[in-house]
Amino acid sequence: MDKAAIKRVLLKISHEILARNKGPKKLVLVGLQTRGVFIARRIAAMIESIEKTAINVGILDVTMYRDDFRAKMKQPSVQVTSIPFDVDGTSIVLVDDVLFTGRTIRAALDAIMDFGRPKKIQLAVLIDRGLRELPLAADYIGDTVKTQPNQEIRVRMTELEEDGTDEVTLVTLADDDEKGDL
Amino acid sequence: MELGIKHLFGLKGVTDTDITSILDTAVSFREVLERPIRIVPTLKGVAVLNLFYEDSTRTRISFELAERRLNAEVITFAKGSSSVSKGESLRDTARNIEAMKIDLIVVRHSSPGTPQFLADHTACKIINAGDGAHEHPTQALLDMMTIRQHFGKLSGLKVLIVGDILHSRVARSEIWGLKTMGAQVDVCGPSSLMPIEMGCFDVNVHHNFDEIIADYDVVYMLRIQKERQASGIMSSTREYTSMFGLTKERMDRMKDSAVIMHPGPINRGIELDYEVADSDRSLILEQVTNGEAVRMAALFLLSGRSEE
Repeated sequence: MDKAAIKRVLLKISHEILARNKGPKKLVLVGLQTRGVFIARRIAAMIESIEKTAINVGILDVTMYRDDFRAKMKQPSVQVTSIPFDVDGTSIVLVDDVLFTGRTIRAALDAIMDFGRPKKIQLAVLIDRGLRELPLAADYIGDTVKTQPNQEIRVRMTELEEDGTDEVTLVTLADDDEKGDL
Repeated sequence: MELGIKHLFGLKGVTDTDITSILDTAVSFREVLERPIRIVPTLKGVAVLNLFYEDSTRTRISFELAERRLNAEVITFAKGSSSVSKGESLRDTARNIEAMKIDLIVVRHSSPGTPQFLADHTACKIINAGDGAHEHPTQALLDMMTIRQHFGKLSGLKVLIVGDILHSRVARSEIWGLKTMGAQVDVCGPSSLMPIEMGCFDVNVHHNFDEIIADYDVVYMLRIQKERQASGIMSSTREYTSMFGLTKERMDRMKDSAVIMHPGPINRGIELDYEVADSDRSLILEQVTNGEAVRMAALFLLSGRSEE
């Protein structure tokens, strides 16, 4: 998926969010660290240009809520969380780059509930790669890709990359690290 | 993010990378303290034992709160309430702890080296909450967090520690940590309260507070332990206050941007004047809040599974 394709699917998601929620009223976006934050900001900018109204964007780091931190050798780094608005009664759209096992989203749901009582929570992802380990599904999906456990979805974004590319690739973690375009 | 250290015995020898990791993580945990629900499930299933052989109120409460806010199982043994007073040796205590399936021990003891001893005799992760006049690393970390938060940096700042350096584990941790992070640390106090080994710290030792107070960004006042007066090491608290107490007059001679810190509990009227402790240059209450965040960070970063 290249820059133009990413832009198209994010615009599609923006329209779907507005249609499903009947406009931007009480709508807030919460991006999951790290790439989800940039995607949330892009979607917010698109919604703002469609509706001419400001959209609150929060940042959530779910490290403190993960269930696998004791199983991992390395302690993950805890990044910034910032929800600078009241979540009570809002319609929250959680935003992440890739939906995989569902464990991050499970942690995010727990985390969000500690900030208040939103009216509803929905999920938007750029890529749904399947292989879920929990009974969760996304409400807004950029693209669905069938993957194997030994594969990895690599999402590059201009906000993070020095060379300024936007790109999604499927990488097989075999001996030769084969790379295929999506 | 993984620390180079397995236990937190002290700040001597801890790298700037490790210190920065702990401080950065503490900033993230500080945000939890501002939430409507100030608890996260991070250390669910981790058993933490607070072993306090020496009196402590704020450090023990700060650790307990930090542990509870991370959802750890918390057990506290304080002086007088345990078999310590029944004469059990530390080695036997350690063996019993081992048998109780504890993951992490926070220990305070009057003997330097107790944390290391527990690490040698149990499989637990250890955090030193003060061992004799040796080190008190979480105090120094919370102070560094507070200084960094206020000035936006540690490197290049000038810090003056004033008071009883001889008996102060806080001063030792402060010197090791701040110097590693690139700050300049000097000490000031009466000769009788300077340790004999001051030379190995590579700090300037001053005895005239008035002459140098205007040079520093941070004036860190240590608590004067009134008990010391009985041992003859100090003449009188009134004489101490006249030479080393931070009075309003002295505070007015500090740099405009300089701040005042104190590890608590404060002896008002002895090392800090009443109005000085409550002035807007004082970061003392900020230190207390940051203490919880730093302890949460240390607990979190040390409680990952170790590579055996």
